[in-house]
Amino acid sequence: MSLKKIENKVLSEKRLTTEDALALFESEDIFTIGRLANIIAERKNGKNAYFIQNHHINPTNICVNRCKFCAFSRSRGDKGAYELSIREIIKKLRSQKTENRKQTPPQPPLSRGEVYPSPVTRHLSLPFREVHIVGGLHPDRRFDFYIEMLKRIRKALPHIHIKAFTAVEVDYFSKISGLPPSETLRELKNAGLDSMPGGGAEIFDSRVRNRICPEKVSGKKWLEVMEAAHKAGIKTNATMLYGHLESLKHRVEHMLKLRELQDRTGGFQAFIPLAFHPMNTKLSQKSEVRSQKSKPSTLNPCGYTSGIDDLKTIAISRLFLDNFQHIKAYWIMLGEKIAQLALKFGADDMDGTIIEEKITHSAGALSGNALTKAQLTNLIEKAGKVPVERDSFYRPVRY
Amino acid sequence: MNRITKKQALTLLKSADLLGLGQMADNSRKKLHPDGTVTFIIDRNINYTNVCINKCKFCAFYRDKDDPDAYVLGKRKLFNKIKETIALGGTQILIQGGLHPELDINYYVELLKTIKDKFPIHIHGFSPPEVCYMADKAKLSIKKTLQILNEAGLDSIPGGGAEILSDRIREKISPNKIGKDRWLEVMEQAHRIGMKTTATMMFGSVEGPEDIIEHLDAIRRLQDRTNGFTAFIPWSFQPGNTELSQKSEKNSKSKTQDSEANSSLVPRHPSLLPATAVDYLRVLALSRVYLDNVPNLQASWVTQGLKMAQVALRFGANDFGSTMIEENVVASAGVKYRVSIQDIINAIKAAGFQPAQRDMCYNIIKSDL
Ligand code: SF4
Ligand code: SF4
Repeated sequence: MSLKKIENKVLSEKRLTTEDALALFESEDIFTIGRLANIIAERKNGKNAYFIQNHHINPTNICVNRCKFCAFSRSRGDKGAYELSIREIIKKLRSQKTENRKQTPPQPPLSRGEVYPSPVTRHLSLPFREVHIVGGLHPDRRFDFYIEMLKRIRKALPHIHIKAFTAVEVDYFSKISGLPPSETLRELKNAGLDSMPGGGAEIFDSRVRNRICPEKVSGKKWLEVMEAAHKAGIKTNATMLYGHLESLKHRVEHMLKLRELQDRTGGFQAFIPLAFHPMNTKLSQKSEVRSQKSKPSTLNPCGYTSGIDDLKTIAISRLFLDNFQHIKAYWIMLGEKIAQLALKFGADDMDGTIIEEKITHSAGALSGNALTKAQLTNLIEKAGKVPVERDSFYRPVRY
Repeated sequence: MNRITKKQALTLLKSADLLGLGQMADNSRKKLHPDGTVTFIIDRNINYTNVCINKCKFCAFYRDKDDPDAYVLGKRKLFNKIKETIALGGTQILIQGGLHPELDINYYVELLKTIKDKFPIHIHGFSPPEVCYMADKAKLSIKKTLQILNEAGLDSIPGGGAEILSDRIREKISPNKIGKDRWLEVMEQAHRIGMKTTATMMFGSVEGPEDIIEHLDAIRRLQDRTNGFTAFIPWSFQPGNTELSQKSEKNSKSKTQDSEANSSLVPRHPSLLPATAVDYLRVLALSRVYLDNVPNLQASWVTQGLKMAQVALRFGANDFGSTMIEENVVASAGVKYRVSIQDIINAIKAAGFQPAQRDMCYNIIKSDL
């Protein structure tokens, strides 16, 4: 099918329908798709390709959910199960050495909600400006623990932006605390939460969701928590896990739900398509799942997604999610090669010089653990884009 | 159809939009291989010795004769490797090694003959630097040397040792290695006596775009005269991020490189940032467009990873190269996993193509995979 009609829509800035998105997924013309996505990316963000220096902390891998695709989680008492105390978390964060960067005297702590003037010119005294905290749903830890954790991190590292807890965790907190999600979010925010990541969205379709993560909150609930977060003034991201058992239609429907919510709240910052990683997960171990070969060939049930599929998914999300400012090529999942190419296919964000990452690597991610700033900058420049180091709200950062 | 000129190629390489160039290459690939088949070969890379007098800069493979880990592969080991290869459905062995000061042409002739006596297997072996070294030591012409090897059982010649066919660059990265002209001469003579060969290009070291064009042009011109190249294999050395180059065990380092690309030839300039995915696809696509007379273009999954190799299939490549029976452990961030033949078949299918097993001359051996 020719993409002419869709091309005209894109060029005249008209919104794409779900049929358009599906036609794009079914098309083999990756060059036109990429070119159009790049037009939108440049319309929204110029030639900028953003990255941030961030630090990932996964406080525990003990999780009551044990989703089938999750290679990271353990049950209590399992080999390899771990939990970090608040002290250990802070110690980890503090132990990071600054790269050879000028030290500046400590800044006065910002009060919550206050933001740095843009562009941020402050010097960093740590080699990261954002901490990203997500973990398992621990059976014993109480809501107070998380409040305490936020407060103490905020106190210990007053300038660090705290991006923490997926909608799944927030929903769990609301269960264990007996508070409605909106209350829960307010408490978290008061304790120091600055923004939320977009994890746990997986795929909204309930049938697929029941097969890959039956214990996890429904797609509806995920969207409700996000809506409540946006209403409470907390910016979030949104994700989609693809390349497992879903169909192309499920992907489009998933993105449609996100687009609708974004129309109402405007609270999403970035969309992050996440390619499924098969290693060590219950899904790939299950032979019944593996032998499902009836799917279209672009889908690769429970193997690695194809590089072509990864690039198409990035590009189509850029075209379809017209109300999202940013599309992130999460290099730790895609591998830095595909992530770099994604910058040619509509992505404008590479995430960061992640310091620690456990979740994807448990599933056999193809990337290294960290990229230096020089490496990231090189990847971006070679892709013909302008590297822009950003803060958590996409404001350029200068030193 | 009009051929693109050197000048046009240079402009494309320097400033064409990646997707535009990709589209051109994809169209060329479709014209040459309209049925959407992507081939691979089951073979094994056998390095018969790591002793080498050339000592190219940055080569991590070579050893002095007296080094404790210097080796020359014994016959028993060699035969076992070949047996295993055949058992796995393999049709070819790729024999390469360093330039060993004490091995002469009689050694190789004997080696080839015994292999051929024992096994029905295609022998793809001895890249041009090795052939020249044998010829020099035996004081024979290149042509004569090739004839002797061919009669003894050598079927075809791998295109390794080419790096960049520009003497300016060769001076810098491998000063003791044969120059551009001799490399081309070995290939020309081989083609003239009816042997097929491949050609490689290793970029991402100290070359500039002009050097890449010079290399492509040399291949295209020779191919116009002889039509003996079956495939072109560009690859970039990836220091930090190809899983394969990270192995710290000294011995295994070179064995993990692309088999055809002569594993040992790994120049690396310490101050250079590695060629990125975008650079790789750009060179790959340009190769497809420029080398209109070379039928096949290989994606280097060993250096680029399977996902990138899949993308490469839309940027001009139509072949996945070797399944690397031996060197198929991919290490990444502490996670090691095997890439099996089935993984390669699945990867080709997932990219939307029909996988087929081939031999060195690109005859299809098995296509219902
Ligand atoms: S994906 Fe999240 S919720 Fe599911 S088992 Fe893993 S850690 Fe728990
Ligand atoms: S690259 Fe080849 S010729 Fe050069 S030193 Fe290494 S083994 Fe010898």
